[in-house]
Amino acid sequence: MLVWSRPGRIVLWLLFALIFGVLFLAPLAVILLSSLADQWNGVLPNGLTTEHYTDVVRGSAWNSVKASLITGFLASALALVSGTWAALSLRLQGHALKRLLGLLFFIPSAVPSVSVGLGLLVAFSHPPLLLNGTVAIVMIAHFVLISAFTFGNVSAGLARLSPDFEQVASSLGARPAYRLWHVTLPLLAPYLVAAFGLSFALSMGELGATVMVYPPGWVTLPVSIFSLTDRGDIFAGAALTMILVAATLVLLLGLERITARATGS
Amino acid sequence: MSEAVALDVPAIRREPGKFWIVPPAALLALLFFYPLALIARQAFLDDSGVANAAEIFRVLHSRFFLNALINTVTISVTATAGCLIVGLVLALILAFVPFPGSGFIARLIDTFIALPTFLVTLAFTFLYGSAGMLNTGLMEAFSLPLPPVDFLYSTWGVVLAEVTVYTPFILRPLLAAFSLVDRGQIEAASVLGARPFRIVRQVILPAAVPALIAGGSLCLLLTVNEFGIVLFIGAKGVITLPLLIYGKAIQESAYQVACIIAVVNIALSLGLFGLYRFAAGRLGV
Repeated sequence: MLVWSRPGRIVLWLLFALIFGVLFLAPLAVILLSSLADQWNGVLPNGLTTEHYTDVVRGSAWNSVKASLITGFLASALALVSGTWAALSLRLQGHALKRLLGLLFFIPSAVPSVSVGLGLLVAFSHPPLLLNGTVAIVMIAHFVLISAFTFGNVSAGLARLSPDFEQVASSLGARPAYRLWHVTLPLLAPYLVAAFGLSFALSMGELGATVMVYPPGWVTLPVSIFSLTDRGDIFAGAALTMILVAATLVLLLGLERITARATGS
Repeated sequence: MSEAVALDVPAIRREPGKFWIVPPAALLALLFFYPLALIARQAFLDDSGVANAAEIFRVLHSRFFLNALINTVTISVTATAGCLIVGLVLALILAFVPFPGSGFIARLIDTFIALPTFLVTLAFTFLYGSAGMLNTGLMEAFSLPLPPVDFLYSTWGVVLAEVTVYTPFILRPLLAAFSLVDRGQIEAASVLGARPFRIVRQVILPAAVPALIAGGSLCLLLTVNEFGIVLFIGAKGVITLPLLIYGKAIQESAYQVACIIAVVNIALSLGLFGLYRFAAGRLGV
């Protein structure tokens, strides 16, 4: 406790409530309110309605939800496999190579997502690899952008793992594949689930690269929210944003429960 | 125990595992580094493979590029400063003047990392836009003819939105650093009569410096790359480098110009990434 006087503490708590309210609470509350607003001409909406939700669900929004969920799931699954693979096999390299490759696997997270999209357009717009205009290029863009985060999470998990278990397994005669499947991966499981959850959330909200490469039939949620608000339909945009937030939070909470059960806490 | 370790080392060396790195590395090379190399190629060479210095020179001296560069740097530096101040104030209160439910609030702020960045901009339109709650309220209360608050569609609107979105990236390492500060030291200082402000300056801040530097350089990197917030604000005057790349490539189909700007943006980002890695590695955050 840093401030002992009660008035002093109350002043600081009020300051906290003000900053937290203005920056974090108000945006979420107002998105929720506007997604339910009937008409909004005064300070508060004139009435509440679920019309925007039924509108977006009846329209093409369901396709966006589907596109986002499928893209997020496939890109995260691929990123999980390749990130875990990279983190595990990096341990077998010499010191210098380990540092260099570790850095290279992180770089996609540092490059602006718009440039990742531009690069994919430039690289895959002609044969032999003609992917421009396909769903695959959206998946690839998401995979590239989230792969660094999965790699980072899994590497951090590996670094925290005590080497004793693997050494004991090895000294008891376990072959590398058996050791990987029955010792290392189960110990890593909580980190893998966390990495998958973060990847999925990042993919659901990804806009920069997607807006560069998406084909007409595969409009993800953020792109669809942007085109709605750009057309001036901001209430529908807010409703769709709430769907995106809810989907992301449900997913993260679900994965957290799985992790809690796996670690037995 | 030391014998067991000594025996294990050659056993690990004998494993033929070195080549396992090839598949993920090849995937990264094909899907990320190859497209990146093509951006650089398209930026520096024209269709016939000759270096086109004139075009590069023209783009780098153009008004739209310089404006975007200045906007990008101004916005990211201002937003990072804002994140550092807001993050520090929130972290100090959460860690040293805790209230019932402060742990839950800290976790709630953390989940903002997982939400899309443009959400905040969209919310700000309802809050501070020309027909938003604040303006309508002020116009009704003081019967004003015009909306009095008009910062949203300027650089300040982008900065405020970025402060909201990126403060959790400062808060997280700061709270971790604060949890290691010796409470006894603070109590001793306060028993000896030191004012809270002095304790913060002399005891707490030195412990927070590594987290502030690492978090700050990460914020600089993320704000330089930010796209969604600027796109959703949609102000004509606020064009940053990522937005300019999108505009040139998608709206004008000027791929070469887009590639030249992308090279500059990527170089800037990689420089900041280097700074972040150096700071994080050096300071052990």
